Amino acid sequence: MKKSKSEPLFHITKRDVMPWYKTWGIRAAAIVAALIVCGIITTITTGLNPFSVYASFVQGAFGSGRKVWITFQNMSILLIISLALTPAFKMRFWNIGGEGQVLVGALATAACMILLGDKIPNVLLILVMTVAALGAGAIWGLIPALFKAKWNTNETLSTLMMNYIATQIVAFFTVVWEVPKGSFTVGIINQATNAGWLPQLFGSKYLLPIVIALAVTAAMYVYLKYSKHGYEIAVVGESEKTAKYVGMKTGKIIIRTMILSGALCGLAGFLLVGGINHTITTTINSGQGFTAVMVSWLAKFNPITMIFTSFLIIFLERGAGEISTNFGLNQSFADILTGIILFFIIGCEFFISYRIVFRKKKETTSEK
Amino acid sequence: MSETAVELKNITKTFGRVRANYNVSLEIKKGEILALLGENGSGKTTLMNMLSGIYFPDEGQIFIDGKEVVISSPKIAFELGIGMVHQHFKLVDVLTATENIILGLEGRLNKKEAKEKIKEICDKYGFDIDPDQKIYDMSVSQKQTVEIVKVLYRGANILILDEPTAVLTPQESEKLFNVMRNMKADGKALVIITHKMHEVEAISDRVAVLRKGEYVGSMMTKDTNAAEMTNMMVGRTVALNIRRPKPVNPKPRIEISNLSVRNIDGIEKLKNVSFTANSGEILGIAGISGCGQKELLEAIAGLQPAESGSIKYIKDDGTTEELLGNDPRRIEELGVALSFVPEDRLGMGLVGNMDLSDNMMLRSFRNGKSVFTDRKTPHDLAENVVDDLEVVTPSIETPVRRLSGGNVQKILVGREIAHAPTVLLTAYAVRGLDINSSYTIYDLINKQKEKGVAVIFVGEDLDVLLELSDKILVLCGGEVSGIVEAEKTDKNEVGLMMTQISK
Repeated sequence: MKKSKSEPLFHITKRDVMPWYKTWGIRAAAIVAALIVCGIITTITTGLNPFSVYASFVQGAFGSGRKVWITFQNMSILLIISLALTPAFKMRFWNIGGEGQVLVGALATAACMILLGDKIPNVLLILVMTVAALGAGAIWGLIPALFKAKWNTNETLSTLMMNYIATQIVAFFTVVWEVPKGSFTVGIINQATNAGWLPQLFGSKYLLPIVIALAVTAAMYVYLKYSKHGYEIAVVGESEKTAKYVGMKTGKIIIRTMILSGALCGLAGFLLVGGINHTITTTINSGQGFTAVMVSWLAKFNPITMIFTSFLIIFLERGAGEISTNFGLNQSFADILTGIILFFIIGCEFFISYRIVFRKKKETTSEK
Repeated sequence: MSETAVELKNITKTFGRVRANYNVSLEIKKGEILALLGENGSGKTTLMNMLSGIYFPDEGQIFIDGKEVVISSPKIAFELGIGMVHQHFKLVDVLTATENIILGLEGRLNKKEAKEKIKEICDKYGFDIDPDQKIYDMSVSQKQTVEIVKVLYRGANILILDEPTAVLTPQESEKLFNVMRNMKADGKALVIITHKMHEVEAISDRVAVLRKGEYVGSMMTKDTNAAEMTNMMVGRTVALNIRRPKPVNPKPRIEISNLSVRNIDGIEKLKNVSFTANSGEILGIAGISGCGQKELLEAIAGLQPAESGSIKYIKDDGTTEELLGNDPRRIEELGVALSFVPEDRLGMGLVGNMDLSDNMMLRSFRNGKSVFTDRKTPHDLAENVVDDLEVVTPSIETPVRRLSGGNVQKILVGREIAHAPTVLLTAYAVRGLDINSSYTIYDLINKQKEKGVAVIFVGEDLDVLLELSDKILVLCGGEVSGIVEAEKTDKNEVGLMMTQISK
C-alpha cells in the first residue's frame, strides 16, 4: 500500500560462468551498440553520414599498404609496453610508470647512438644500446619496487612520479644534444652514417618490432603460465598472506618482477629510438605507457588476448585520427567516438558477470 | 497462546546456478525461540538475510502479523520490527556503546535520552553493559550485547541471532540464554541459528530444519533429540561420537619455553608460554577467541616473530632444531615436516581464485631444478584428495572459492597432510563446517595422530575439544592458565580457566 514498501524496479543478481560463445556474443553486441550510438551522435552533431565516417575510420588503419604496416608497427610497441606492465599488474603492483620506463630506455638508446656512434662497430653498438636501454628501464622499475618492498610505500604514486622525473631528464638532454643549436630538438641521430639504426628485416623497415613483439608475447605467456616465477607472481598478487604462509619472499618477488617490467619497457624505448624514430623527444612515447594499462586490463592480463586489445586500441586511434583530418573535424571529436566505443566495451563486462532481474508483473494473490 | 509473528511462504532465492533457498515456507511465532538448523550451505543465513532486508527473494511472500510485506532494504526491515545480529559484528570501534546504538538513526541527536532508554532496555532484559564504554575496550561478549541492544533499541520484535555462541565461553552463552528467555517472556519472536545440538536442546522451543535450501520440517524441541535432528539435517543416519585412540609411544616433539609475542601494534599477545607437544597425541588449545591462539600457531609455523623464548623441534634421534627466527621455507629446509591449517582458509591457506590443482602446488611448486613448475604431480594430488575425502567439486579446474566451506577445508587439510607431516597445526579446523564435514575432519586428524604426528588443535567447541584431545592447554589473555588431561576434566573447569588465571 505504502509506496516505500513496493518491490524495487529491478535488482541485480550474480551470474554463473557463461559459456565462451555467449560472452563473446555480449561483447559483439556491445560493439554494435557502440557503433549505433556513435552514428547517432555523428549525425546529430556534424550532420555527416555515419557510414562514410566509419568507412573513413577503417581507411585510417588499412587504407594503404603503408598504413597497414604503420598500424601493426604502432601496435607492436603498444603490445610490448602492455606485456611489460602485465607481470606487475598480476602481482597487484600498480605500475603506471610505463611511460617513464620507456622514456629512460629511449634516452639510454639515444645516448649510446650519439656518444658512441662513430667510435665502435655497429654490431657492438647495437648490443650496447640494447643493454643500456633494458638496464635503464629496469632501474626505473626497481626504484619504486625497492621502496615498496622495504617501506611499503604506495607504488601507484611513486611509479607515477618517476614518469615526470624521466620526462624532465629527457627534456634536459634534448637541450644538451640539440641540433641545430636553439631548436630544442635532437633531430635525426646519425643521419649520415646510420650508426645504431636497427637493421631492416627481410627488406622491411616495419617488420623488426612486430617480430620482437610476437616473441615477447609468446615468452610472457609461457613465463606467467608455466614458470615458477609466474606462479609466485600469481600467488603474491592474489594474497600476500598466502605467499608468506608458503615461505615466498614477497619483497624479492616484487623487486624481481619490477626489474623485468621496467626492462621490457626499456626495450620498447629502444625500438622507438633505434628502430623507428631515430631521434628522441619527451613525447616520443605519446602516452602509450598509460594506454598500455588499459590494454593489459582489457585483456584481463592474458598476453595472447593482448594482441587483440592492443590492435583494437591502435585501430581506434588511427581511425579517429583519419576522420578528424578527412572531415575537417578536430581531434576532440575523434576522441569522443573512441571514448564511446571503449565505454561500451568495458561496460559490457558487467553484463557478463551480472544479470538484471526486472520486476515481474504483480502476480494475483488473493490472500491478504 | 502463540500468535504468528512472521510467515514465509514459498521463498526461493538463487545465486547464479546455486539454489540457496527453494520454496521455503516457515512460521515464526511470538513468545517462542525457534532454532534454525541445517548443514552449511543449507540456506539458513540466506533465508534470514531476506527477512532482514539484505537480500531480496526471487520468489515468494513474506507476511508480518498476517499482512503481506515487501522488505526491500534493511531500513524497512527495522520499520517492521525485524532485527538481526550477525556473526560478524558491525560496530565502530572508537565510538561508545550508546553512540553505536543510535548510529544511523534519524531525528535529533540526544545522547542523554538515548542512554536512559538503553538503561531501561538493559534493566528489562538483564543485559549488563556500560553505555559509555568504547567498543575497543569491550570483550567479544560485550560487543555482542551491544549488537542485541542496538536492534532492541530500534524496536525489534523479531530477533534473529546468527551463531551467537560461536565466540562465547559456556558461562557467557548461559548468560545470553537467560537474556533470550527474558525476551521470550516479553512476547518477542526469536530465531537462533546454531550448529551446537546441546544449545538447541537447552534454549529452543521449536526447531526448523533446512536441507540443501529446502525446508524439511519442524518439531517441538522437547519431542526430539540430537540424533533425530542431525539425521533430518543430513538426510541419513550419522554417528555422533568422536574416536579417541590411545596415544602410541608418545615422545616430546615440540618444546616451547617462555614464548612471548607482541603483534604488529606492539600489543602483547603471548606471555611466557611454555608447553610440550608429544608425537602421537592431540594437544587441544582452548580459549576465548583472540587470546593468542593465532599468534601461537603462527610462531611455530615461522610466520610470527617472537620477543623472547624458544620453540624447539625434537627429531627422532633426539637432536633439536630451533624453529624461532626461521621462515616457513627455512623450516622446511631444516627437515621439519610441519603442516599448518590456518584459521583464514581462503586468505592464507589457499588462493581462492586458483583452481584445486594450483592450490595443491603451493606446497610443491619449488620442487625440482627446472624453471618451470611441475604441474602433473599437484594435479594428481588434487585428484587423489577429491577422491579420498569425497570433495564435491565440478572439476579439478574449479577455483576453490566456488566450493562450499566444508569442501574448501577438505582441500586444505588434504594438501597439508599429503606431505607426511610430523607436526600438524590446525586452527578452528571445523569452524563453519556442517556436522558431516566436521566428523570427516576429526577422523582425518585422528588418523594423523595414529601415524605418530604431534597434533596441536586449536578449537572453540569445548565439547569437541574434550572428546578429541588427549590434553588441553587453556589460554587466557595470552597466558597459559593450565594444561589438563581431557579425560579428567569437564566443560565447567575448562570454561573457568578460559576466563581467569588460576593460582
